[in-house]
Amino acid sequence: MIQLGCEQLPDRDLKLKVDEYSSAIGRLKGLEIDIGKIYSEDWDEVMGPTPWPSVGSLRNWDRKLLSRYKPFYMPFCDLCCLCTFGKCDLTGDKRGACGLDMSGQQSRIVLIAAFIGASTHTAHARHMLDHLINEYGRDTPIEVAVNTGVEAPNIRLVCGLRPKTLKDLKDVLDYVESQIVQLVAAAHTGQEGDNIDFESKVFHAGMLDHVAMEVADIAQISALGLPKGEPETALAEVGYGSIDTSKPVIMCIGHNVLPSIDIIDYLMNNNLFGQVEVGGLCCTAHDMSRYDKRAKVIGPISWQLRFIRSGIPDLIVVDEQCIRTDVIQEAKAIGVPVIATSEKSCLGLLDVTKEESEKIINDLSLKNLDGVLITDPRKVGEVSVKTAMNVWKRRKGEKKFNIDEISEVAKYCRGCGACVQSCPNNLPIDEAVKTAKEGDYTLLVSLYDLCVGCGRCEESCPVDLPIVSMINKSNEKSTILEKFPMRVGRGAIQDVEIREVGQPIVFGEIPGVIAMVGCANYPAGSGDVAKISEEFLKRRFIVLASGCSAMNIAMTNDEEGQNLYQKYPGNFNAGGLVNVGSCVANSHISGAAIKIANIFAKRPLRGNYEEIADYILNRVGAVGVAWGAMSQKAASIAAGCWRLGIPVVVGPHGAKYRRMLLGRKENEQDWKVFNARDGKEAYVGPVPEHLFYTAETLEEAVVMISKLAMRPNDTNKGRAVKLSHYIDLHQKYYGSMPDDLHLFVRRTQDIPFTMRDEVVKILQEKSWVEDKIASPDPTLLDRLVRRRE
Amino acid sequence: MPGKMITGQIAEIPGPQKALIIQSAESVVAMIKRASRPIFVFGSEAKNITTNDVDLINTAIKLSENPKNTIVTTGHTIAEFRRRNGDKVFSMQLMNLGDRLRDPDWGGFDGRGPYDIVVFAGFTYYLEWLVLSGLKNFARGLKTISLDRTYQPNAGWSMGLMIEKEWKDTLEKIVSMLAEVK
Repeated sequence: MIQLGCEQLPDRDLKLKVDEYSSAIGRLKGLEIDIGKIYSEDWDEVMGPTPWPSVGSLRNWDRKLLSRYKPFYMPFCDLCCLCTFGKCDLTGDKRGACGLDMSGQQSRIVLIAAFIGASTHTAHARHMLDHLINEYGRDTPIEVAVNTGVEAPNIRLVCGLRPKTLKDLKDVLDYVESQIVQLVAAAHTGQEGDNIDFESKVFHAGMLDHVAMEVADIAQISALGLPKGEPETALAEVGYGSIDTSKPVIMCIGHNVLPSIDIIDYLMNNNLFGQVEVGGLCCTAHDMSRYDKRAKVIGPISWQLRFIRSGIPDLIVVDEQCIRTDVIQEAKAIGVPVIATSEKSCLGLLDVTKEESEKIINDLSLKNLDGVLITDPRKVGEVSVKTAMNVWKRRKGEKKFNIDEISEVAKYCRGCGACVQSCPNNLPIDEAVKTAKEGDYTLLVSLYDLCVGCGRCEESCPVDLPIVSMINKSNEKSTILEKFPMRVGRGAIQDVEIREVGQPIVFGEIPGVIAMVGCANYPAGSGDVAKISEEFLKRRFIVLASGCSAMNIAMTNDEEGQNLYQKYPGNFNAGGLVNVGSCVANSHISGAAIKIANIFAKRPLRGNYEEIADYILNRVGAVGVAWGAMSQKAASIAAGCWRLGIPVVVGPHGAKYRRMLLGRKENEQDWKVFNARDGKEAYVGPVPEHLFYTAETLEEAVVMISKLAMRPNDTNKGRAVKLSHYIDLHQKYYGSMPDDLHLFVRRTQDIPFTMRDEVVKILQEKSWVEDKIASPDPTLLDRLVRRRE
Repeated sequence: MPGKMITGQIAEIPGPQKALIIQSAESVVAMIKRASRPIFVFGSEAKNITTNDVDLINTAIKLSENPKNTIVTTGHTIAEFRRRNGDKVFSMQLMNLGDRLRDPDWGGFDGRGPYDIVVFAGFTYYLEWLVLSGLKNFARGLKTISLDRTYQPNAGWSMGLMIEKEWKDTLEKIVSMLAEVK
C-alpha cells in the first residue's frame, strides 16, 4: 500500500496498465502498476511507527509487558486433541507429537478464545457496516459525539486513519479481518510454538477487537442516531416489570440490533408502539434502548431461560452472540415461534427470506413452523410484529410459568445432590428442593438472586426436575413487578470531558477509572456489581459500565428504593456513573484512556500504539472489572486492555480463562522503567501489580482494584489519595492494615495525612527507605528517552 | 476409609493423571508429617463449611496450634480469623499464592524456602480444581492434597465424595493428629 495521507479518495484501487509503449528513450511492454489506495493529506499529525500493525509489529512491546506480568496457567484439560496424532497427554513437562508443551498449549487455547471473540465482534461490525452503507449510503458522515474531534481513538491509534464516512471504515475492517486470519493460522498444528509468542498474538487479537468494536459502534451511532456522548441520556426501563404482559410481547435476544431496529421502525411507522411490547435481553436491549427508550430492557444474558419459561413472550427474535442454542426447544415448550435473523446462527431453521411475508406470518402463527430464518431486517420487522399479534391472540391466558405446583414436582427429588455439584456456584439446590416438598419455598426463593440461569442443574438431574422453573416460579410474584430505571448507553466520552479530567487522572487526584464490563456469570448474585460500583463511586472514582454489568447495576436498589443511576450523574468525572452501552461500546472505554494520552498529554496518536500504551500503563489509573465474565468476547476485550496497559480483574469464574498475568511485587528488577528525563533506569514499585487477576471474593476484588489504580506517575498528592483508599478498603475488608505499604510509599509526602502514624509504624517495621522508590518520567520505551546522562 | 464411598468419583476429569483417593486419616497424616515444609491453605468458603469444630475456620485455627503447620487463608477470610484470634494464620490471595507455590525459588512466609506439600480446604469446587491444575502441571515437585468433601482430580491425593457426617469425622481425626504438638 502506498500511503500519502489519511483521507481516502474514491473507494477503488488505482490501476495503470500499459500494454506497449515506444518513445525515444526506449520501449515498454506489459507494464502494470497497481496502487491499492490513495490517501490525501489533511491530517497534519505525523504518522507513527506502527500503522496497520501486523502480527509481529508490536511483539517487542508485548514482550516487555509479559516479562513483568508472567502467565500463570491453570489448564482445563491436560490433553491436546486438535490433530490426529492425538490425543496427546501434556501433563507436567510432557510434549505432544507436534512438540508443543503445556505452556504452549494453554496459551494457544487462550489465543483461540481471543480470536473467536475478536472475530465475533468483527463479523458483527461487518454485518452492521455493510447494512448501514446499503441503507444510508457510503458517504454517511462519522459523527460520534458532541464536543469531540477525536471520533475514533482506537482506529486512529492502530490504523493511523481518521475515518470521515462509513466507507472509510471498510478499509479498517479489511485490515482487521486479514489480521485475524493470521492469528487463526498461528494456532494450526506446527506453527507457533512459544507460549510468550502465543500470548503476544492474544494481545494482537485484543487490540483488533477494540478496533472492530469501535467500527460497529461508531457506525451505528452515526447512521442510526444513537446518543452522541451526552452525559444525561434518557432513562429506559429495566426488568420484568417493564413489560406490559397484557399486550403482545416480542423478545429480542442477542447483540446485533439491526433486526430489532426494524421491528421498532415498523411499530413506529404503523402507529403500533402502544399496542405491542418490544423488549430485549443482553446487548441488543442496550442498543434498542439507545435507539428508542420505549424499547424495554428485560435483563442480562442469564435471564434467557427465565424469561422464556415465564411464558411472557409471544415471539422470540434472536440475532447473534450469547443466545441459547436450545431456544427453539424452549420456545416450543411455551408455544411461541422463533425468528432467527443471522446467518451465523441459523439454528436449523428454514430460510424464508425470499418468501412472501403473509405466508411466513401464517406459518408461524398457526404453528406450521417452529421458527424461521429471515436475514432481511426489513422483513423481520413486519413479520415479527404481525406474528406476535397473532400468537398473542391464540395464547391469551397462557402467559404464565408452565409448571405444576412446586411441592408436587419436588416430591420426585431423590436427594442425590447431582444438581449441587453441577451448579457453577454449588448452590444448595438439594436443600431447597427438600424443603419445597413440605411446601416451604423460602430456600428456593433465596436461590433466585444467586442463580446464573444456566440450566446445568436440570441436565444433571436423574429425574428431570425443572429446577430453573421451580426457582423462578417461587419468585414469580415479586419479580414480575420489578422495574428499574437505567440511563441508556451514551456511547463515547466527549473530548471536552477528557480535557477536564485528564490532569487529575494522570496526577492521581481522581483516584482511578473503573470499568464495570462483561457478562452475568456472577459467583454470588447480580447485586455484587452494584456493590463494587458504589464502593468506588462513593470514593469519587469514575465508574464506567457496559453490557450486562450496566443492566445489573440498575437492578439493585438501596433502602430508599434508589439505584445507582438515580444517585450518581452520568458525566465522565469524579463520582460519575457512565453507561456507555452495549458490548461494542466497550471501545469507548479503551478510547477514553487513549484520548487522555492524546488530548490531555498531547501524545501523537496516529499509528503510535506503543507510546500511547506506555503512557496509559504508567500514568492512567484505569482498571477493568469483569465480575461475571463468561464469553470469548470478554476474553478478547480484556486482551485489548492488557496490550494498552490496563489491568483487568475478573470474578472467580474468570479463572476458567485458565491463564492469569501476574506480577511479583517482591521482585524489584521487574519494576524498573526508564526515566525519560535522563535515560537512567529507575525502580518505581509494583504499579500496577497485575495485568489479569482473578479475585476469589468481592471483598478481595475491591481491595485489589483500588491497589491496581496506582501508577508510577502519581504525584505525591495523587499517591496519597490512592493509598488512603487502598488502606481504608483493606482495613474495612481484611480487618487490618496492608502489609505491603513499603512498596507503594515513595516518600513521606505520599503518606495519607490522616493515617500517618499507622503507616509510619509499618514502614519502620519493613525498614523502608525514603526515595528508594523513584518518581521518574516513566517509560518502558528506550526511544522515548529525551536526554541521556 | 471410615466413610462410605459413593461408587465412582464424579468429577470433571482433566486427563490421564488423577488424584489418588485418601484411604485413611492415618495415611494422609503420615504423609503430611513426613513432609519437611507443609502448608495448609483455607479458602473463603471456610466459614460456610460446617465441621465438628463448628466450621472450617475453627478447624484451621486448631491446626495452627502446632508450629510445624503453616496456615494461610485466601480471599479476605483473614478478617474472620483475626476476629477469632487466629493470629498464627497468614493471608495471601489465591492467585498470588498459586503463582508463588509453583516457584521453586519462593522463600515462603518465613523466608526458609519453598514448601514441599500443600493441603487445600474450604474452596468452591471449580476454583480449587483450577489452582490444583496449575500446580499439577507447573509445580512438579510439590505434593498436593485436597481435604474438601468433593473429589478433586487435579490433586495428588483427594478425599472421595463422602456423606457429610463421615467427612466431618474423618477431618476431625486428621486435624486432631496434625494439631498435636509433640
